[in-house]
This record gives sequence, C-alpha cells and structure tokens, in this order.
Amino acid sequence: MKLREVKEILNAEVIVGEDKLDMEVKTAFGADLMSDVLAFAKAGSILLTGLTNDQVIRTADILDIAAIVLVRGKKANTETISLAKDLKIPIMTTKYILFETAGRLYAKGMVGCVEKVDNANARN
Amino acid sequence: MDIETIVKKLNLKVRCAAANLKKTVSGGYTGDLLSDVMAKSHEGDIWITRQVHQNIVAVASLKDHAGIILVNSCEPAPDTLERAIQENIPIMVSEMNAFELTGKIFHLLTTKD
Amino acid sequence: MPTQETDHISYQRSFYVEGGNFNYAGTVSTSIKSILKQMDLPNDVVRKSALVSYESEINIVSYARKGVIKLSIYSDIIQIEAIDEGPGIPNIELAMQEGYSTATQQIREMGFGAGMGLYNIKSFSDKFDISSEVGKGTYLKMIINKFSSR
Repeated sequence: MKLREVKEILNAEVIVGEDKLDMEVKTAFGADLMSDVLAFAKAGSILLTGLTNDQVIRTADILDIAAIVLVRGKKANTETISLAKDLKIPIMTTKYILFETAGRLYAKGMVGCVEKVDNANARN
Repeated sequence: MDIETIVKKLNLKVRCAAANLKKTVSGGYTGDLLSDVMAKSHEGDIWITRQVHQNIVAVASLKDHAGIILVNSCEPAPDTLERAIQENIPIMVSEMNAFELTGKIFHLLTTKD
Repeated sequence: MPTQETDHISYQRSFYVEGGNFNYAGTVSTSIKSILKQMDLPNDVVRKSALVSYESEINIVSYARKGVIKLSIYSDIIQIEAIDEGPGIPNIELAMQEGYSTATQQIREMGFGAGMGLYNIKSFSDKFDISSEVGKGTYLKMIINKFSSR
C-alpha cells in the first residue's frame, strides 16, 4: 500500500514528507516502547506510536523505518519535527487511537512486520 | 463479544482469572504508556500491551477494563500475576505483536457474525 | 584492546556522552549511523551497529554521569565500546535478563526502561562483552561482523 493510502485510511495529516506519499509500505509495527521497536521492527515498515519525542525519530532512523504515524492526534514539538526533516523521515498524525489505527490498516491488508515472537525469547 | 470467545478465536493463553472470562468486551485499547491508557481507554476495553509490571493491574482495575492481553509472548511479572488474581482481572498472553493482534481483535469486534 | 581476529584499523572516533541530558540522547548514534552509511557496508550491518550504539548511549544518558562511545572500524569488524563513569551494575546476570530494569519514570516516558536494552545489545551484537565495577562505571564492547550478517 502507498503511504498516500495510509494517510487516507487514517484521515491523517502529514507533518513531514508530503513529497514521499507515493512510497510503498507493506508492513507495520505498533508500540510505545522504543526498545521493542528496536528489537522487532523491520526496515521499510511504518511505525505506529503514541510517543512523540526525538527518540521516536532516532529509532526510526536507526532501523530505516519508512514512516511514522503518531496516533490519537498527538503532535510532535518543533525540534522533533525538524529532526525528522533533517533525517528525511515522513511523519503523519491521526486522530484514531492505536487500537483503531492498527485495526483499520489491518482491515485494508497491511500486515505486521513480525508474525510471532518465539517463545524461546520469552521474557522472564 | 466476551473474552472467552476472543481467547478461543485467537488462541490466547490465559494466565489468571480464568473464571472471569464471560465479561463483555466493548472495545479495545492498545498502548504501553500508562498515562495514555489512564487518559483514553474506556470501561469494558480489552487492553493490549507489552508492559508486564504490576502497575498494569492497577490501571486495568481503575479503568474497569475487561482484561489485559500481553503481546510478543511477554509474561506477567510474578507480582503482577499475584495482584491480578486478587483483583480478578484476566491476563492473557499472545505470541503475536501488537499490530497483528489489534488488527484481529478490531476485526472480531467490528464484524457481526 | 582490538580482538584477535583484527589487525588493521581503518577508522576510529570517540564521542562524548553526557549523563542525564535527555535532549541529546541518541545524537551520537545518529552520527555513527551516518558515518557507517558512507562506508559502503551492508545495510543490516549499519543498522545493527547503530542499534547497539543507540541502546548503549541511552544507558549512559539514563544511568551514568558521563561516558564515551568509541567507534573503531577494522578490516572485518565494527567495534563499538561504551565506557561510562557511573554507579556500575551490581548484578550483571540480573541486568542482562530481558525485562529487568531499574529505570525511572523519566526514562520510561522516553520509551525506554522496559528492561530490553542490554538484551537487545547482546542479541544484535555478533560478540559482546560487559564488565562493571560498582561505584566506578560500566564497560561494554560490541562487535559486529562486517560481512556475515544474521
């Protein structure tokens, strides 16, 4: 699916990367904990998150995440937005909560970027 | 739809409060930031998260969630489990990630069968 | 100390990391990534290196007074060392466990502190060493192979 369709499905507002809406994205990862994103998310996925600080942008940069979707109407501050511009990472914001965001994208055929987490790595 | 149906359809592992699975799930909330969950989730939501510490039970109890599902095969910490048993809040575990599990639950809740 | 399989060092740079300053957390790792990107290395090698550097950097900012991240590039490997002056880790085995954390609320609000940091560092490194002295600091050494990726 193109980033443009993600935008339409989520009625999202593009904050950074209006010129990148024709980019193709196939998978998604939703999380508020960046260490989980680092552990499991894959290059080229979109990241759905309720966290809006610099660490989201840096995490996305490190993993070559295709784009960031901020959920439940959250906006990033100006410094964070300019960091995303510098690192050329598209950001959009949607009014939907993460539950609804993931649900709507999943219903349109977007899949998760990891299927299951092996029990061998189970925590504790 | 009750929790039991979701448990069966999505092959979730029930870790506690197995006798309390008849509660109706009216919606869902996915997230790991406790303050967000406190602010935006609703009574009757099934809460999908990867947080395992015992504060999740307090949040779920305060907000009257139907139950908690831990993703990525995360297991509740021992004191979390203990507290959830006391409060009779079902905790389930899924090997799916939050996106995929949310997608499936959203589908179950929005599709009339 | 270079590892035994390395002989020739082609690049070395140290970056200062200030403890407690969350405004700059991650800037070193962003720089390391852009340095590695220019070196014509496989993408996943660049990602893994940046990832272990980033988790180490977050650890220094979160727990130490100050630290240094040292990037050394040898013919076959990328070596990243994170050396800090701080409280040290009393029980390394426990700290390495996935899910174990002593993080503050501030760290958790940044999206870290879920007890995944050292675990991620270990699992994304091809070779990993850790030593720590309570009251002095912690030393991490991460090695990423340049050409054989996971």
